[in-house]
Amino acid sequence: MFYREAGDFKTSYQEDSQTFPIKFDRYRYYAVLIAAFAVVPFLINDYWVNAVFLPFLIYSIAAIGLNILVGYCGQVSLGTGGFMAVGAYACYKLMTGFPEVSILIHVILAGGITAAVCVLFGLPSLRIKGFYLAVATLAAQFFLVWLFNRVSWFYNYSASGQITAPETQVLGHAVTGPETAPWAAYLFCLVFTVACALLARNLTRGMAGRKWMAIRDMDIAAEIIGVNPLKAKLSAFAISGFFVGISGALFFAVYLGAVEVGEAFGINKSFLVLFMVIIGGLGSIFGSFAGAAFLVLLPVLLKNVLVGGLGWPTDLAAHLEFIIVGGLIIVFLIAEPHGLAQLWRVAKEKLRLWPFPH
Amino acid sequence: MPEQFIWGMEVFANGLMAGVLYALVALGFVLIYKASGIFNFSQGVMALFAALTLVGIMEGQVPFSHLINAVFGTEIHHFGWHVPALAAILLTMVVMVLLAWLVNYFIFRHLVNQEPIILFMATIGLAYFLEGFGDIMWGADIKKLDVGLPQGINGTIDEVTYNLFGYGFFIDNLDLWATFIAILLVVGLVLFAQYSKHGRAMRAVADDHQAALSVGISLNFIWVMVWSLAGFVALVAGIMWGTKSGVQFSLSLIALKALPVLMLGGFTSIPGAIVGGLLIGVGEKLFEFAIGGMIGGATENWFAYVLALIFLVFRPQGLFGEKIIERV
Repeated sequence: MFYREAGDFKTSYQEDSQTFPIKFDRYRYYAVLIAAFAVVPFLINDYWVNAVFLPFLIYSIAAIGLNILVGYCGQVSLGTGGFMAVGAYACYKLMTGFPEVSILIHVILAGGITAAVCVLFGLPSLRIKGFYLAVATLAAQFFLVWLFNRVSWFYNYSASGQITAPETQVLGHAVTGPETAPWAAYLFCLVFTVACALLARNLTRGMAGRKWMAIRDMDIAAEIIGVNPLKAKLSAFAISGFFVGISGALFFAVYLGAVEVGEAFGINKSFLVLFMVIIGGLGSIFGSFAGAAFLVLLPVLLKNVLVGGLGWPTDLAAHLEFIIVGGLIIVFLIAEPHGLAQLWRVAKEKLRLWPFPH
Repeated sequence: MPEQFIWGMEVFANGLMAGVLYALVALGFVLIYKASGIFNFSQGVMALFAALTLVGIMEGQVPFSHLINAVFGTEIHHFGWHVPALAAILLTMVVMVLLAWLVNYFIFRHLVNQEPIILFMATIGLAYFLEGFGDIMWGADIKKLDVGLPQGINGTIDEVTYNLFGYGFFIDNLDLWATFIAILLVVGLVLFAQYSKHGRAMRAVADDHQAALSVGISLNFIWVMVWSLAGFVALVAGIMWGTKSGVQFSLSLIALKALPVLMLGGFTSIPGAIVGGLLIGVGEKLFEFAIGGMIGGATENWFAYVLALIFLVFRPQGLFGEKIIERV
């Protein structure tokens, strides 16, 4: 009743192949966009932006990137943290090297550089598969973090070894640096998130996405029906790296402002993004958002309830968070291996008939 | 430059010992992977959990005291007794067997026939869970573990090498003991797998689940047994590393050290784990000694991975792994 596919007639090819072919989905999508662009910026304050919205938007981009690699192309990667670091440091070098160029271009270029690095570390995927590949991507994680820690050219020889984002402006409003207004940072990230999500959605339902899925389901069979595994795998690594790099750049420049590589982009970050993808749902763009929202909101909620509400010490809350996240992953894998996205699909099935199930 | 060469030899010897410890952790992975096809990422956290439990029992800590104090506002910490090391190790083993049973009953029983990658991710979840659980149960502060293993420089080796080369090698007694125990453990495991009834059943399960079921081997029993064995190996590794550098969170990172060992040696081979461990231990120590200083040091974090990665490109199944045959 509330979610209907019937009565939605297409009269042209454009209509038939639009991003959201079902009217309900399309209107919901417009509604979310209007709310995100026109309503939220007027309501949020500093706390909400820094605790919820910025991490959600930035992790969503990273989760979409990783979902393309793991969920669509089936190449498990544990190097996301390292690749985010590449994006962050590329963005930093570009910002300090070419301060007159707009940061919009820097962030996109940082994504491009990360894509190149990602392809480099993706090359072994042509020879090695499964666990061996998952472990091999850890090489990227450790090597890249070490590189940014030890080679001082990357952090411009600063004494602390940290990188700090200089102030930059877009259309006259500061988006990085200490003068940034919360709504400006939010809108800046939102633009990237929406653009990335649209790009990813259209890539995954087009030829590229179908090739990735063929490789995921069985690479030998895919090769036999004419999918070039070299191109498919490396393009997945490149696109994934592009998104992850953008998220790393935003994470550093807009969200944190100053970054120490081992802390911000350690192996835990890789796992966090992987968990977002699993909990959200492998092979679903909506799932990436849902997973990111879930894992960003859960610690905030737990902290507010346990520390703020019950007055427990913070370290205890942190340990409980580990237990709950770990437990949830297992519960999700057992009960719903396809994640939150599958729950949403089931809900849509139900809504189609509700409240008249016969 | 004979001096450089002698130092190199000392580094080599230390690398061998580190390699044995890596092999010890890698062994736990291989056992579970062979018997159940699960790539158990939580092996390192199991070692941490075992070491935490051991210290907790020895010191007579009250489990969950932190949580109880927070909820009820009490101030309890210790029972006030000390358990001797050997009894505590036995008690910890009981806890590890219990953990093995729980893991099978609540997690992997429900995940039979899932894809390997799903199982792998479940073990990552288990690693997170155990990490938080261990910390809540025993507290997150760094603890000292002392089960009576000798520590400090080995006098005999120092003396002998001094007489031979005019330079005394620094080799820790603890490393020597660790090597000795690891060799015992490996021999024991190989004998168990080859000659005992349950070891044979374990190999049968590793070979083919369905065939093993059809001749009356209980999969559940074998899995609990294998996880208990892995728990035992984790306990030994936890004792070694815990004595060396204290029982703390970083202990769980030894799992990450063992992964390149596995890749190099092959996931399915016990000798592979040992040879791979030695290769990586020696390789990373020598690399750090020879080249590490020139490019910024602390290369041990990634050298093993890069070595394994380069190696895998030429031999995708590792040194001793079974040949991968793929069919459509």
